[in-house]
Amino acid sequence: MNISWYIVLSALLFTIGAIGILVRRSPMVILLCLELMLNAGNLALVAFSREVGNAQGQVFALVVMVVAACEVVVGLGLIVAIFRRKLPLDVDDLRELRG
Amino acid sequence: MEAVLFFLAAIGATAGAIGVVALRNPFYSVLALVAHLFSLAVLFLLLTSAFVAAAQVVVYAGAVMVLYVFVVAYVGSAHEADLDPVPGQRLFAGLLAFFLFVEISAAVLSSALKALGTHGPDVPAGFGDPAAIGTLLLEKFLVPFEAASILLLIAAVGAIVLAGRRQRAAGPPPRPAEPTTVREEVLTR
Repeated sequence: MNISWYIVLSALLFTIGAIGILVRRSPMVILLCLELMLNAGNLALVAFSREVGNAQGQVFALVVMVVAACEVVVGLGLIVAIFRRKLPLDVDDLRELRG
Repeated sequence: MEAVLFFLAAIGATAGAIGVVALRNPFYSVLALVAHLFSLAVLFLLLTSAFVAAAQVVVYAGAVMVLYVFVVAYVGSAHEADLDPVPGQRLFAGLLAFFLFVEISAAVLSSALKALGTHGPDVPAGFGDPAAIGTLLLEKFLVPFEAASILLLIAAVGAIVLAGRRQRAAGPPPRPAEPTTVREEVLTR
């Protein structure tokens, strides 16, 4: 299978994630769409690693996974904190930094 | 056979991604993302990176998605308003995404990467298996590996501080005399 197919698929998945971030308004779904974009980047990294024949790109993909896990943990913590303060879970209403 | 598997996994990944964006209930979005992640793991296997595929299934589809499911169940699926706050927002988002896709594809495919049109070189049998990745992580990339573990620790502590239960949740809270730490909150609970 041609490597460029993987790259085009990765671009497509990244674009779908970008649409989600632009269109959706629930912060939880926006985090999910962020995951989509990070995973598209992962797919491109692994595809390039296969193309070069060097496994170091896969280590990079693993580091991206770690960063994504951190982002999820902090983001979900923020969502739980917002919910506890009885603020609306809508990124259009949450436009002030002052709590 | 490889082409069939690739297209099956690609269709699964794309359908999962569209499901994440299009489904109204956040719970279904999470489930669609799990399907997407499994399809991506198949793609990683096709690219002979077994360890990344296994980590994808165990860490992402296993652990991170369980976290999502718990938070969705805790917060509840609030209904999103259907109308756009900015007129024509979806149209503009679609246009922008289309141009983004064309631009990324053109930038990558028309670049000077000569080997992109190939299958890649023939790799030895152990390419991308846990032994190879582990050797890389613990020898060449030891410092990034440790930095990643410290980053995870910081994120875990930060999440506890962010989501921890405050004593005075309602109303404008009077500032505490000294900065409230996690330990004090645990003690005063």
